[in-house]
Amino acid sequence: MTIKTWLDSAIQDADRRGLASLRPLLETLARSTSALRTADWNDDASGESGESTDGETVADSERAPDGR
Amino acid sequence: MAADPHTIRELSAALRAREISSEMVTTHCLARIEERNPALNAFIAVLGPAALDAARVADREIAGGRYRGPLHGVPISLKDLIDMRGLPTTAGSRVRAGHIASRDAAVTARLREAGAVILGKTNLHEFAFGTTNEDSAFGPARHPLDVNRSPGGSSGGSAASVADGMAYASIGTDTGGSIRIPAAACGLVGLKPAVDEIPLHGIVPLSSTMDHVGPLCRSVDDAAIVYGVLRGGAADAPEPWTLRGTRFGIPRSYFLAMLDPQVAAAFDAACARLADAGALLEDVDIPHAADIAPIYLHLVLSEAAAYHAKMLDSRGDDYTPNVRIRLELGRYLLAEDYVRALRGRQLLIREVDAAMRGRAALLLPALAIPAPKLGVTTVRLAGTEEPIRNAMLRLTQLFNITGHPAVALPCGKTAVEGLPLGAQLVGARDATSTLLRVAAAAEPYLGPGTSR
Repeated sequence: MTIKTWLDSAIQDADRRGLASLRPLLETLARSTSALRTADWNDDASGESGESTDGETVADSERAPDGR
Repeated sequence: MAADPHTIRELSAALRAREISSEMVTTHCLARIEERNPALNAFIAVLGPAALDAARVADREIAGGRYRGPLHGVPISLKDLIDMRGLPTTAGSRVRAGHIASRDAAVTARLREAGAVILGKTNLHEFAFGTTNEDSAFGPARHPLDVNRSPGGSSGGSAASVADGMAYASIGTDTGGSIRIPAAACGLVGLKPAVDEIPLHGIVPLSSTMDHVGPLCRSVDDAAIVYGVLRGGAADAPEPWTLRGTRFGIPRSYFLAMLDPQVAAAFDAACARLADAGALLEDVDIPHAADIAPIYLHLVLSEAAAYHAKMLDSRGDDYTPNVRIRLELGRYLLAEDYVRALRGRQLLIREVDAAMRGRAALLLPALAIPAPKLGVTTVRLAGTEEPIRNAMLRLTQLFNITGHPAVALPCGKTAVEGLPLGAQLVGARDATSTLLRVAAAAEPYLGPGTSR
């Protein structure tokens, strides 16, 4: 789910629940989530991204011991 | 400061020598509470008769040669997030109305076993979810030096009780800085031990992976005494540490970038005194410090929402509006983003470990601003208007994410109002005792607190 889709859906649900004051907080959270998702240590299925959290690159850590 | 002696160490020596009785000291503290609590709102519940009973028992035991250790007969307070058998644990919330704890929290049991006299339960930011103590069903706790200011939070009543001479120590909790922030704001020593070091059983959770429990005291030595009891071990004084040649890492970028000018000046002056004493101060880097706030937010919101979901649905109106809305926010987070935050935590642990390597401690301010006025929601730092909450969490929350032990110590005062400022020392993981040794050595060079 993209941040925009998530945010639109969350605002709609908050309004439906009578929690309109959540909107500015959701917008702030969306910026925070965007920062989290674009951080350079993230991992994804492409196998090409991110610094591993144990100090290796993700690509290295995902590689089999024989280098495959 | 009304009570004399001033520290637990001094008091316990006098109690053991029977120069003073626990009943006398407890009576004195209760009188101080009666005089000052209407202004400070530090206590939600005062346990006068029970405290006096416990004090008399302590006096009889000491007289009978059954001395339990340095907390024996010492009056302390307990944040009202911590269970005491037979009493409500309000968590500062109407949501908890009718709750009665069926047993003591693990830390309460250890304090009782050590002979501590529990004076009462202290005010807090509702469910410990805030830094100013303004959002409490019992009204805000207030700063002992200026009742128009916050004592910090969430353990604000705890800090006010110790700084104002109502108690010799208090037990607080710390999920993003809730011991260290009020300690800094009130001129106290506040210790967040290493993660998982002290049991949390019987304490209302905020964030299951970042909650810690620890003491607020008037000296590092006192913090070591209480820490020893909470840990379930000996309450020994920290072994001496030689400051000369001790290497401190200062994480300058990010952490020193947004400080009130008076905080920056006091911190620089403290660093100069430490350097004059022979300490070696070296700049270190936390390369992904900019990711701390997003990682923290996704962890704390998710974990808090999981705990509160049922009550938000059934009794949402019983929460204070600000706390309710932030708890509701956590219900919208996606699992995939929580997992990203967990991954980020591992990176930050590695980066703090790397910054610590070969050094006794990291050294940085504990709180970027002096105690804020109640009702103020933003503060201008480095040309940017920052939410108060973000400014107050900025220097402490990293070590809740990573679990490293950290202690706040007094570090001077503001020039005009005389408001306390705080420094922070961070130790290696699982090395809280060593951190306390370093902190005791550094304490005289960092600056005076408010309470002496």
